[in-house]
Amino acid sequence: MNQRYFTKRLLCVLALALGLLAGGAVQAAEEPELMSSGASVRDQASLQRGAKMFFNYCVGCHSLKYVRYSRIAQDLNLSEQDVMQNLNFTGGKFDDQVISHMPADMATKWFGKAPPDLSLEVSAKGEDWVYTYLNSFYLDPHSPIGWNNTVLPNAAMPFPLAELQGLQTATMKPGTTDVVEKLEISHPGTMTPAQYQQSMRDLTSFLQYASEPAALQREHYGIWVLLFLAVFTFLAYLLNKEYWKDVH
Amino acid sequence: MANVLSNIGDWVGERAPGLAPFYRKHMSEYYAPKNFNLWYYFGVLAMVVLVNQILTGIFLTMNYNPSAAGAFDSVQYIMRDVEWGWLIRYMHSTGASLFFVVVFLHMFRGLMYGSYKRPREMVWLLGMLIFLVLMAEAFMGYVLPWGNMSFWGAKVIISLFGTIPFIGNTLVEWIMGDFLPADSTLNRFFALHVIALPIVLLLLVVLHIFALHEVGSNNPDGVDIKHGPKGNRWDANKPADGVPFHPYYTVHDLVGIGFLLLIAAFIIFFAPTFGGWFLEHDNSIMANNLVTPAEIKPVWYFTPFYAIVRMVPSFFGSAVWGVLAMFGAIAVLFFLPWFDRGQVRSIRYRGTGYKVALGLFVVAFLGLGAVGTGITAEVIPKWFGNVDLTTWENLFGRLMTIIYFGFFPFLWAYTHFGWEKTKPVPERVTGHD
Repeated sequence: MNQRYFTKRLLCVLALALGLLAGGAVQAAEEPELMSSGASVRDQASLQRGAKMFFNYCVGCHSLKYVRYSRIAQDLNLSEQDVMQNLNFTGGKFDDQVISHMPADMATKWFGKAPPDLSLEVSAKGEDWVYTYLNSFYLDPHSPIGWNNTVLPNAAMPFPLAELQGLQTATMKPGTTDVVEKLEISHPGTMTPAQYQQSMRDLTSFLQYASEPAALQREHYGIWVLLFLAVFTFLAYLLNKEYWKDVH
Repeated sequence: MANVLSNIGDWVGERAPGLAPFYRKHMSEYYAPKNFNLWYYFGVLAMVVLVNQILTGIFLTMNYNPSAAGAFDSVQYIMRDVEWGWLIRYMHSTGASLFFVVVFLHMFRGLMYGSYKRPREMVWLLGMLIFLVLMAEAFMGYVLPWGNMSFWGAKVIISLFGTIPFIGNTLVEWIMGDFLPADSTLNRFFALHVIALPIVLLLLVVLHIFALHEVGSNNPDGVDIKHGPKGNRWDANKPADGVPFHPYYTVHDLVGIGFLLLIAAFIIFFAPTFGGWFLEHDNSIMANNLVTPAEIKPVWYFTPFYAIVRMVPSFFGSAVWGVLAMFGAIAVLFFLPWFDRGQVRSIRYRGTGYKVALGLFVVAFLGLGAVGTGITAEVIPKWFGNVDLTTWENLFGRLMTIIYFGFFPFLWAYTHFGWEKTKPVPERVTGHD
């Protein structure tokens, strides 16, 4: 019997060790303090608002080269007319991918770096990073473009959403010139801070969706697959019990 | 209808007389010990994952473009434009990680119950070859999506060969077909990943099972049922403690497969990246030789071995020792049946020394994994405050490396000099759970 217990103890130790590994993984993501985005691809209204935000403020410079207008219409429950009239400002066809008009060579000349494609931005950086980034622009007289960002220091991006959020000014940590202690809105924009944060949450949700449109499908089917497998496993268990009942 | 079936059976039997005996030898008249426990699921689970990898892999190749210019885009094409492409890809990527989960547990089972010992050395050796090929297969598959971590991971792993004196640099160029991982590298890795290595893998798996069925399965008691009393319900000359593999263990395995599929489905549908462990964030950025990821590290299942490379210091101006140690960590496992001279197989009846040593071996393996994944780099400053990270990480990692390698000579000495105090092994298996 002792031996049997040993195996079980060993299993427990292994499970615990794996748990620690997993726990460590959560901690391992070392980023400067990020805000919690609260973004969700399950909130369709938020996705629709986020899409509107993206096509009004972002697509001038940023493409979503893996995303098609028709797919956005399908996934966000919008009609072809909605998308073509209200979102598509690039002149692309309904089945085309979202490609910005910004010429990459000129953009490189203007900003020093071509604006990146945002199709996979959330996959690469995480939704909290994107959300925090959008909330963390501040005026910086030392920067060539006049803006800086606490999450991505010396970002080459000017801040087109300033009219919404307003202008943020940074207070540096005492004794330093480049470590930001806090950001404050010095000139209010057209949105209240709460409205702006909600808008950025919507935009982040939309970019999260753009990173993985399949997320909508997999969560939809996943629950049925799990239910099926649970029933299958239970039946297999009963079958096994039936077969083994006379083996002693 | 029954008549037609029986006629077809006769027709086939006449023309392929070896088929029915083959089926009987490996399925309906292969007598497996009746006391298999939880640990005995992982072999069949590895086979299920292998089949999954091959089937989903076939569908992935239909839309994947093995070129440096097109690979990354084609993966996104699979994820977005190919019908059910996302499911196929997630099944493949999740399968890759689960393959190593079940294989590690399967190997640990072998260690616990002495399944590598006489007369099953051949089974163990073939299994180790499978493990080796599987690592190569996984590494090359990891490069194919051509993300930035694929690229840099490939670069780092391939440059390990560059530490070999005299031929190192030439060898690295020869492997890559270029000075950096490039189109030629991707093309040859694709060929090896989808054709060469899977064929070898399948052949080895078949041989592994044939070798097992020649000598018979071990069990948690480490008792040879072939040497026990004869006669069971099905055959008067077969082991009393054996049951026909089919249907007894096929229905038994079905339950385990159900659990595996539940776990796999949960990951595939609800957490396909598994928090960046199965699919890494940096691989959402296309390979770029000008942008280095903040931290280059291999996927989790390679980290214990990768940690050994990092932990072994350079001597005589060469870093080859770490690389040798890494390959040595795998090579030494091949010789396990000859390190262990003990006659008792199962941990249930082995001496305390063995139990402690095996426990420490597992701790060392996980500890090295923690070093390789960067967990120690995270945890040491958190727990011990402002200490010199490199010193403490090296200290920990080297201790784990020594314990890992120490397991083998300890085992030899422990069993060779008769220090092991074993418990009496029962005559027959002790029932099943």
